Amino acid sequence: MPWLIPRGLAAALALLLFLSAPARAQEYEALLPGLAGGFAQQAETVERLGLLGDPRAIPLLQAMADARLLRLADGSLAPQQGATPPEGATLIRINNRVRGALRGALGRLQLVSPDPAERSRAAEGILRNRSAADIPLIEAALAREAQPPIRARLELALGGARLASEDVAVRREGIAALGASASPEARGQLLAARAANAELLPDIEAAIAAIDRRLQLRRAAETVFQGLSLGSVLLLAALGLAITFGVMGVINMAHGEFVMLGAYTTVVVQELCRGIPELAPWSLPLAVPAAFLVTAAIGAAMERGLIRHLYGRPLETLLLTFGVGMILQQVVRLAFGAQNREVISPDWMMGTLLLPGGVAVTQNRLWIILFALAVLLACFAAIRLTRFGLEMRAVVQNRRIAATMGIRTGRVDAMTFAFGSGLAGLAGVALSQIDNVSPNLGTGYIIDSFMVVVFGGVGSLMGTLIGAFSLGLLNKVLEPYAGVVLAKVAVLVGIMLFIQRRPKGLFALKGRAADQ
Amino acid sequence: MNRRLVLMLCVLALAALPAFNALPADHPLHVPDFLVSVVGKWICYAILALAIDLAWGYAGILSLGHGAFFALGGYAIGMHLMRLIGPRGVYGHPVLPDFMVFLGYTELPWYWLGFDWFAFAFLMALVVPGLLALVVGWLAFRSRITGVYLSIITQAMTYALMLAFFRNDMGFGGNNGFTDFKELLGMPLNTGATRAVLFYASLVTLVLVFWGCAHLTQTKLGRVLTAIRDAESRTRFLGYNVTRHKLFVFVLSAMIAGLAGALYVPQVGIINPSEFSPGNSIEAVVWVAFGGRGTLVGAVLGAFSVNALKTWLTSVAPDLWLIVLGLLFVIVTLLLPKGLIGLLRRRGS
Amino acid sequence: MREPSHSVTRRGLLAAPLAAGLTAPLAAPALGQQAPIRVGVLHSLSGTMAISETALRDTVLMMVEAQNAQGGLLGRRLEAVVVDPASNWPLFAEKARELLQLSRVDVTFGCWTSVSRKSVLPVFEELNGLLFYPVQYEGEEESRNIFYTGAAPNQQAIPAVEYLLGADGGEAKRIALLGTDYVYPRTTNRILRGFLNSKGIADADILEEYTPFGHSDWQGIVARVKRFAGEGKKTAIVSTINGDANVPFYRELGNQGIRAEDIPCVAFSVGEEELAGIDTRPLVGHLAAWNYFMSVQSPANTEFLTMWRNYIRNPRRVTNDPMEATLIGFKMWAQAVTAARGTGVDAVREALYGQKVAAPSGYEVEMHRNHHLSKPVMIGEIRADGQFDIVSRTPTAIVAENWSPFIPENANRRR
Repeated sequence: MPWLIPRGLAAALALLLFLSAPARAQEYEALLPGLAGGFAQQAETVERLGLLGDPRAIPLLQAMADARLLRLADGSLAPQQGATPPEGATLIRINNRVRGALRGALGRLQLVSPDPAERSRAAEGILRNRSAADIPLIEAALAREAQPPIRARLELALGGARLASEDVAVRREGIAALGASASPEARGQLLAARAANAELLPDIEAAIAAIDRRLQLRRAAETVFQGLSLGSVLLLAALGLAITFGVMGVINMAHGEFVMLGAYTTVVVQELCRGIPELAPWSLPLAVPAAFLVTAAIGAAMERGLIRHLYGRPLETLLLTFGVGMILQQVVRLAFGAQNREVISPDWMMGTLLLPGGVAVTQNRLWIILFALAVLLACFAAIRLTRFGLEMRAVVQNRRIAATMGIRTGRVDAMTFAFGSGLAGLAGVALSQIDNVSPNLGTGYIIDSFMVVVFGGVGSLMGTLIGAFSLGLLNKVLEPYAGVVLAKVAVLVGIMLFIQRRPKGLFALKGRAADQ
Repeated sequence: MNRRLVLMLCVLALAALPAFNALPADHPLHVPDFLVSVVGKWICYAILALAIDLAWGYAGILSLGHGAFFALGGYAIGMHLMRLIGPRGVYGHPVLPDFMVFLGYTELPWYWLGFDWFAFAFLMALVVPGLLALVVGWLAFRSRITGVYLSIITQAMTYALMLAFFRNDMGFGGNNGFTDFKELLGMPLNTGATRAVLFYASLVTLVLVFWGCAHLTQTKLGRVLTAIRDAESRTRFLGYNVTRHKLFVFVLSAMIAGLAGALYVPQVGIINPSEFSPGNSIEAVVWVAFGGRGTLVGAVLGAFSVNALKTWLTSVAPDLWLIVLGLLFVIVTLLLPKGLIGLLRRRGS
Repeated sequence: MREPSHSVTRRGLLAAPLAAGLTAPLAAPALGQQAPIRVGVLHSLSGTMAISETALRDTVLMMVEAQNAQGGLLGRRLEAVVVDPASNWPLFAEKARELLQLSRVDVTFGCWTSVSRKSVLPVFEELNGLLFYPVQYEGEEESRNIFYTGAAPNQQAIPAVEYLLGADGGEAKRIALLGTDYVYPRTTNRILRGFLNSKGIADADILEEYTPFGHSDWQGIVARVKRFAGEGKKTAIVSTINGDANVPFYRELGNQGIRAEDIPCVAFSVGEEELAGIDTRPLVGHLAAWNYFMSVQSPANTEFLTMWRNYIRNPRRVTNDPMEATLIGFKMWAQAVTAARGTGVDAVREALYGQKVAAPSGYEVEMHRNHHLSKPVMIGEIRADGQFDIVSRTPTAIVAENWSPFIPENANRRR
């Protein structure tokens, strides 16, 4: 919005006129050394710079907040340019207290900035560091602001600032403004104001009640999201098993280690991309096919080399794959070290996204839900639409007849197992975004995955989907009442009882195939 | 082919260990305490292996949750050992164990009552695992859950128990479990004599359990069990009550596992919820498969050899032992479907 | 001929590993001159704790190598005996006995978790061994066979919370105590509750939540803390969350937008090693309390860093507090052995009391008769590069109170 710039500048100038220019400049110069003092002095200086309103402070304060402000050898302050500070310069360190003051000061200084993102941050900063002195500033900013989300924040900030006013009538206005929102911060401010406002107590209680009504729905929505998120993690971890165990009947105790290998592939891809600036932001999407291929290849090798000798003896494959899991875990530990490996999240996966209705969802988990669904769809497509899927289904239904029709059953077995292992690798890519990347990564998921597959019904992808999401939701609904551990125990006992009622799970295969 | 003689020689060799331990330390035949305590531990593992083999090798019930029965037996005796500490705890409380004192308990929870008596605790070490097996087994066998499904259900059982026991609010000491035991039946636990007594108690139990299992498998009941293992539906159609037979052997096996746990805890001096971890149960199954399932000697041999290897390898190759052991499991399952005992028998005949 | 060969094979199989197990640790050559001094290393190299403990194994090996390069101790070479107790607590006890009885080690460095220490404690007491335990813990213990070189609660938890309540820390009025459900968080939080109550913070303003080991789904709990913080009083989080669970916890914290200026989180089990697995940009300003940070500027620390990176052949590897505690323990033991002119446990124990070391933390630390060190307390804020900015430190090293005055039962403790 280009028209904002001149008006914004004009407003800044108008603010500057409150003080006589030379005196202000002098005070500005006098304040600056305080930025290099102790934390208490720093915080006070920052606050005063914010109130002073000299725009020259903005780059300095911003640099300070980003830990880039240097004290040069001659004692002057300057933001750091380039990667290494010049000779004799020291970095100015801050702490949380200074950081909080910086946010408020930058908020005051940037409230009239031409950049909407900066104005939005500024409104947020003022909301958290409000004082009655900010009322004219916010009112001026509100009069100019055209963007609804920033206006909403400014109005909240104004409400907060009014709540801090001396005048009862102004405070009452502030309470009404805060009560009209659905903001937890507003609720917190109202709660905090109760003690000092005995005469306004009924207004405050009413405002809090109004916010609570609005928040209730949102909380329910957030619980559902948490459940879906847990469900999507379970789904990803279990999909590979749904193929190897559900379709082929192989109990792959090394499944968790395949997940772990997928996560380590992500680490390796990221390391490789680090050298190439164009690729670096894309390392995570690139890791998806890489992880699939790596784990699928290892899976195929394992099937051809070991597992195929044990078909029809599922319990022995359990022991064999347990041994393989031990080996894989230790090999990774020796190759990569026992420590956690860092996986950088791309910016589009960090932070929170506000859905309509104010429901806050974390971006990484949202992406994982979408990714899980995409992988599931791809699975369906691979099984239903491709030649490989057709052959796979044929071999599962009747191996001998499939063989007489010219299907190379051995190759199909290898490919099916590779497919399942590749899916585990994909789970590893997703889990690298929320969990530790360490050699133990897989062990935590193996039992849950088996539970999901058995609960959903062995051999049914639909069952795995429904199973994963219903277990995730159930867990998250129980959690606030029973606590994390008991919720999980309750879910496990529930599954045991359910299996007892329906031994073949939610979606049992019917017909002859079910009896094998 | 005098198998009995060989077995007796083995038992005698084991029995001689504490005796050699009693020799003076500079005697050439002296056996260090370490060996006595570590072999005592393996004997308990061997009893657990027998329990698993009875259910899996003879009745085809592969439980991946036998570690839970073992741990419950251990916890029962552990509670008794905790009660025996009495006022000798760090905080000097006359009744409450240390962990309860600093978690703010004011009185002993009701489920701790009775554990002052050894007989009661010992009984509980058998009854609690037995009851759990009865409930889980009844639910599972009644609805004909078999094979892999049963394995996964039992795995869920031990996993749920592990999570529950890790909670400090359960009143079982949480992650730290029970330690710092002082005495058992009036004998201080940290002396060689007590170690020898516990060693012999375990050895006698092993022999008795072995003998009992060997007899059981020879009776008609044992034959029916084998029939169930090999053809469950056919046995059912022949008119045998499969559910009841399986339930019987499952409960019996759980009680043997509980007994093994009860002997184990005083010897290692600690019981904590990680004994419930599913990995431990799988490992115990691996011993049986390694030695040779379906033969009692195989189960015992497996428990001894895998654990001896583990003890040895964790010292000589601390970085590589998982790989070596893993490779061994792979090789044995691939090439020796009947386990070590199969190999020995093949070479013997 | 068939019978004997059969039985020999069977018994041979049993006997071979036994015999090997017996002799292998003893088989190392004595090199003609005096027998080497044996240093046991009892840290998990596999299983869940390997993630933390392998670095400590490497630290001990590094120290042994350095000591040998200086000509060993008392003219004798040092020899490390490494075993893997595999994060398995009964195995810890077994390995402790093996180290003491078969390998006949003169000293052992080991353990991380409290339960592993509790598991080996009776063994070390029975066989009169010497164990150096390098990790901060809940206190409430004092064994004559163990020297504790990590922090007791008053050397970590209480100063950290004091900082949060002070002006620099943001004057918190409500505290959320989040921890993994085991003895260290339980005891620490009990001590902290007593401390907070004494500072006028009521129980209604304290939230206590426990999660299982390796907990990876923190959505619900972080949301609950946010709600708890939204009640109108400045809130801070005190985290005793254990190792593995920290990465997902911090990721959730970052993603739910909990900024350090609003709800600072101070942790007692999160150091440089743990942060190496996280993208710390969203976490800038959250805190940790330790007795050492890698970012400390001191000659001893520079030496430690160079030595470590040369040893591990990785210029980017980090150091952390338990590694420093291992190093202090090793140096003190070496000094005590020199002072006692021998490795006998009783003599070395006596010689250890009052032993002083210039620690990498930049302070001189001293071993007291309560088997704990006096240590400085430092509060660090997480930086974007995964290191810590030290924002507060005690002027001197603080003496450990391993029996906390905030636990009333300590009054009737048996001494």
